[in-house]
Amino acid sequence: MFRAVFRLSATGARSLARSRPCYSAPLASRCYSHGKVETDEEFDARWVTYFSKPDIDAWELRKGMNTLIGYDLVPEAKILDSALRACRRLNDVASAIRILEAVKDKAGPHKEIYPFLMQELKPTLSELGISTPEELGMDKL
Amino acid sequence: MLHLTAGRVGSRLASRAAAAFSVGSARMASTSHAVSDVVDMSKPQYWDRRDIPLPDRAFKESLTAADQSLKQKEKGPWGQLTKEEKIALYRMSFCQTYPEMNEPSAEWKTVMGGIFIFLGITGLVVLWQSIYVYPETPPTFDPELQAKQIKRMLDMRINPIEGFSAKWDYEKGQWK
Repeated sequence: MFRAVFRLSATGARSLARSRPCYSAPLASRCYSHGKVETDEEFDARWVTYFSKPDIDAWELRKGMNTLIGYDLVPEAKILDSALRACRRLNDVASAIRILEAVKDKAGPHKEIYPFLMQELKPTLSELGISTPEELGMDKL
Repeated sequence: MLHLTAGRVGSRLASRAAAAFSVGSARMASTSHAVSDVVDMSKPQYWDRRDIPLPDRAFKESLTAADQSLKQKEKGPWGQLTKEEKIALYRMSFCQTYPEMNEPSAEWKTVMGGIFIFLGITGLVVLWQSIYVYPETPPTFDPELQAKQIKRMLDMRINPIEGFSAKWDYEKGQWK
């Protein structure tokens, strides 16, 4: 999970300079004894596919989200979009809002990640009719 | 082979520890029936945890008729749900929001207070001891006897090169 550690540290270091905190993984070679390294794009594609399953069930959504949040990274907007659409198929707006909260919490001290993701997800949120925790006043105690 | 089994034992312990930690908030079913809130550990449980955004079950299991009609409305377009309805649906599934979950407690004040209380009690015990328990201080602690001891050490030339007597100026009869 070196990529994951680098992911967040890169974001923190370049938070002011970059307009978009993307995962930069310029490390082409790693000292693995064997096995292929999964690229960021492959990782994202795998998760987008997971949540895009048309007949995804509630358990799979929960398992997927809990696992994803367990990783040392903030999921990309496209993965979250796929997950939110899965919530829509399952008629679960509460989980959709929870996912947004979890992502904000996952960003931790990097306060610029969540607004960026919200901006990326705005079309999806308005299409599906999901209110953000801020709009519902749930981001305050 | 040895390190493989050790690793497996370690991972099993770690997973058991993780499971114990994650369900630590739920009380274990005890044999004494005096415990009121016995949790059935065989059923899916609810936790408010930062790293488990979607727990195994919804918070509210028994829904009123109003809740159920709201659940029906949830099947339609979400744009038609009002903010209050969305909040109600959230609270049906979840107990605390993330900010509520992450709220720091005032437990540290209790802890610090307890520490100071016990330090204070210890201080009182030590004070009582020094008055009632310790024997008389020996006469050798008197300043006059201490001066005589120092004179004797200087006369014996204790550590004359780099230590005690080296710091005494024997010509002038004073400390250097």
